[in-house]
Amino acid sequence: MRLELHKISITGLELGSVTALKGGVLTVDEKAVLEMLRTDSRFAEVAVDVARPGERTRITPVKDVVQPRCKLEGPGEVFPGFIGDVETVGSGKTLVLDGAAVVTCGQIVGFQEGIVDMSGPGAAYTPFSGTFNLVLVFTPVEGLEKHDYESACRTAGFRVAHYLASAVKTARADVVESYELPPFNVAMTAHAGLPKVAYLYMLQSQGLLHDTYVYGVDAKRIIPTLIHPNEVMDGAIVSGNCVSACDKNSTFSHQNNPVIRALYARHGRDINFVGCIITNENVTLADKKRSSSYAVKLASMLGVEGLIISEEGFGNPDTDLIMNCRKAENSGMKTVLITDEYAGRDGASQSLADACKEADAVVTGGNANEMILLPPMEKVIGFPTFVNVIAGGYEGALREDGSLLVELQAITGATSELGFSRISTCTK
Amino acid sequence: MSFRVVHYINQFFAGIGGEDKADVPPELRQGVVGPGQALAAALGSEAQVVATVICGDGYFAENLEKATADILQMIRSCNPDAVVAGPAFNAGRYGTAAGAVCAAVSKELGIPAVTGMYPENPGVDMFRKSAVIAKTADSARGMKDAVPAMARLVLKLLRKEELGSPEAEGYLEQGLRKNFFTDVTGAERAVEMLVNKLAGKPFVTEYPMPVFDRVAPNPPLKDLANATIALVTSGGICPKGNPDHIEASSATKYGEYGLEEFDLLTASSHETAHGGYDPTYANNDPNRVLPVDVMREMEKEGVFKKLYGKFFTTVGNGTPVANAKRFGAEIAAKLKKDGVDAVILTST
Repeated sequence: MRLELHKISITGLELGSVTALKGGVLTVDEKAVLEMLRTDSRFAEVAVDVARPGERTRITPVKDVVQPRCKLEGPGEVFPGFIGDVETVGSGKTLVLDGAAVVTCGQIVGFQEGIVDMSGPGAAYTPFSGTFNLVLVFTPVEGLEKHDYESACRTAGFRVAHYLASAVKTARADVVESYELPPFNVAMTAHAGLPKVAYLYMLQSQGLLHDTYVYGVDAKRIIPTLIHPNEVMDGAIVSGNCVSACDKNSTFSHQNNPVIRALYARHGRDINFVGCIITNENVTLADKKRSSSYAVKLASMLGVEGLIISEEGFGNPDTDLIMNCRKAENSGMKTVLITDEYAGRDGASQSLADACKEADAVVTGGNANEMILLPPMEKVIGFPTFVNVIAGGYEGALREDGSLLVELQAITGATSELGFSRISTCTK
Repeated sequence: MSFRVVHYINQFFAGIGGEDKADVPPELRQGVVGPGQALAAALGSEAQVVATVICGDGYFAENLEKATADILQMIRSCNPDAVVAGPAFNAGRYGTAAGAVCAAVSKELGIPAVTGMYPENPGVDMFRKSAVIAKTADSARGMKDAVPAMARLVLKLLRKEELGSPEAEGYLEQGLRKNFFTDVTGAERAVEMLVNKLAGKPFVTEYPMPVFDRVAPNPPLKDLANATIALVTSGGICPKGNPDHIEASSATKYGEYGLEEFDLLTASSHETAHGGYDPTYANNDPNRVLPVDVMREMEKEGVFKKLYGKFFTTVGNGTPVANAKRFGAEIAAKLKKDGVDAVILTST
C-alpha cells in the first residue's frame, strides 16, 4: 500500500468571504462554515474564530483538534465512517494543510477538556500553539444529552477539516511525502538482517465518553486487529474522547501519529517495520486479558522481534499497558513502552498504577501533575470559567486577573503518549 | 546584604560531649559553633551563619515532636533565609534529627534547608524527599568535602536556581520526578531505544519501574468455625463525623474503632472519609464497604466464631506507599497480639 501526502505549508489564516489559498495564507469563508454547521439541529449556537501562533490567545475548553485533509486520488475519502464511506483508505494521494488545524470547543464533560495557549509558558507544552487554528465553539441546544453533544462536536470538526482541504484541492503542494509498506509475503523476507518490528497501538476505549473510533466502529467493540499505518494517516482512527487533555490522542495526533512516522524513518535502515496492530483499553478484566493476549498473538504471528507499545490515558489503562508488555516480553519480543506519569504535584509518588519487571524500556511524556502558572491572555476563545472544573484545574484555579495555576494535565497534548512532544521526566 | 543562615548541629559537634551528653535539650547560640566555622568560610560573603541551634541526639529522638517544635521556634526567631543541618555523616540519630529539622523548616518556614549524610544513614530514606541531602563520607574525616558541598547547594537554592542532576550537584537523589524538555520527540526516543534494545546495546529507560511489594497469601484457615475474624478497610468507613480527621486523600493515619455495639452500620452511625469515589452509596449504607451486617449474620449462624471487636480503617486514595506499609505493619501487629485468626480486607 502506497500513500502520497501532498503537503501545503500554511503560514497564515484569515476569515473572509471565500475559502481560498494564496501564498500560504488560508482564507476561510466564515459564512459557509457557519451555514454548514448550523444544519445540525443539536447546536443552539456555533461561533468561528481564529488563533495564530504567538498571539496572546487562550482556547478552552478544547475538545478535539483535527488536521485539514482530503483525498486527491485513490479509493475512499478521509475520516471513513464519518466523512468518507467505509471504503479502505491509505493509498493514492491525500492533500494535507500542514500548519493548519481545526480546534473544536465544547463544554461536554467540563472537567475533561483542555487548554491551548498560543503564547507564553503554556505554549511550549502543546503542539497546537504552533498551528494556525480555526476554532469552532459549539453551544448545544438545551437538554442535549452529553453523548449526542460529543458526537455532534466530533463530526463537525471532521466536516470543517475536510471542507477546508477540499476547497483548495487544486493548489500545488510544497512537499510530497510517500509512505509505502509491502504486503506481508514480501515484508517477511525484505531487509535481510534487520529486525522485524511492529507497532502496538492502544486506543482509549474505557467508555462513557472515553472512546475512539476505527472506520466508525467504537474501538471497545473490536478484537485487536491489523491496520496499515497509511490508513491512520487518512483518518481511519479518530478521537471521540473526553478524557484528561494532556494525554488523550486528538484526531490530529492520530493523523500525524509520530510513532508511525518515526518507525517509517528508520525502516529499511535500522529496522524492518512490518505493520501496526490496534488494540483497546476496556474496563473489564476479561476484556483486558482477551485483548492483550490477542494483540500479542497477532505480533507473534507476524514473527516480529520488537514492539513499540503506546498507551492512551492513565490509571486503569496502565494495567493494559503492563499486560501487553509482559505478554509480549514473555513471548520473546522486545518492547519499548510510551506512557506518561502521575507522580503527584511534587513528583514524589509512584507514577503508574501498575508495573512489571519486564518493562525495562520506557519513554515518558512527562509528569502530568506538575504545576504551571499560565498568565492572563488578551483574548479567550471558548468558555473560560470551565477551567475551575477541568482535570488538572480546581476550584480557584482561574484567578481574578485571568491567570491560571493548573497541572499540565489541563493542557491539550502536553504529555502525549504517542510521543508527540519533547518532554521527558528525570528523577532528582 | 548577605543571606542569613542558621546552622543546626548535635551536642557532639558543639563540643558539649558524647553519648553521656546526648540528652541535652535544644539551645540557641549566636554566631558559629564547631563546624559552623568551616560552613561560614564556605558560604563566603554571600551568606552568613547568624546563629547555631544545638540539640542532643538522644533528646531529639525521645522528644521528637517537642524538640522539632522548640527548634523550629528558635530558628524562626533568627529570621533566617535558609537552614543548614549537620553534616551527620553516618550517625543515625544525628541524621534523623538533621533530616527532621530540614523537613520541618521547608514545610513550616518555606525556606531552603540542606543537610549532609552518608547514603546509608537511616535519615536518608526517611527525609530524602523532603530535604536536600548532600552526599558525604561516612565519618567526620569527610568534613572538608561535606561542608563546601552543603554550602554550594544552599547558596544555589538561596539564589533560587534550580538544582541539576543529583550526580552533577552532589546531593542524594530525592526520588522526585521532574519534567524537562529534550531535543527529540518521545516517539523518536522510543524507536531509538527499541533499535538499541534489539541490538543488545545499552539503553536507559526514562522511568525505572517501581518494585511492588508482593505478599504471598497465607494458607487457608483450617478451622473456620473456631476463628476470630477482623475487618480492615481502605475504603474510609469511620464513625460519623470522622473523629480522627483521616484525610480524604494522601492519608497520614488510620483509625481503630469499636464494633461490639453494632449489628450493622447505618447512615447515621458511620460514613466514609474517602475523597476518591462517589460516596453516595457508601454513605447510604456503609455495610457496602465494611460488611458488618453480613459478618454478624454469619457469626450468628456459626460459620465462624467471632467478629473481632474493632475495625481498622484508612483512606486508600493517593496514599503514599510508605504510609500504607507502616499502617499495614502496625495493624497486623495489633491483630496478631489480640489473637485474630483471619482478616477480610475491603477496598473500593
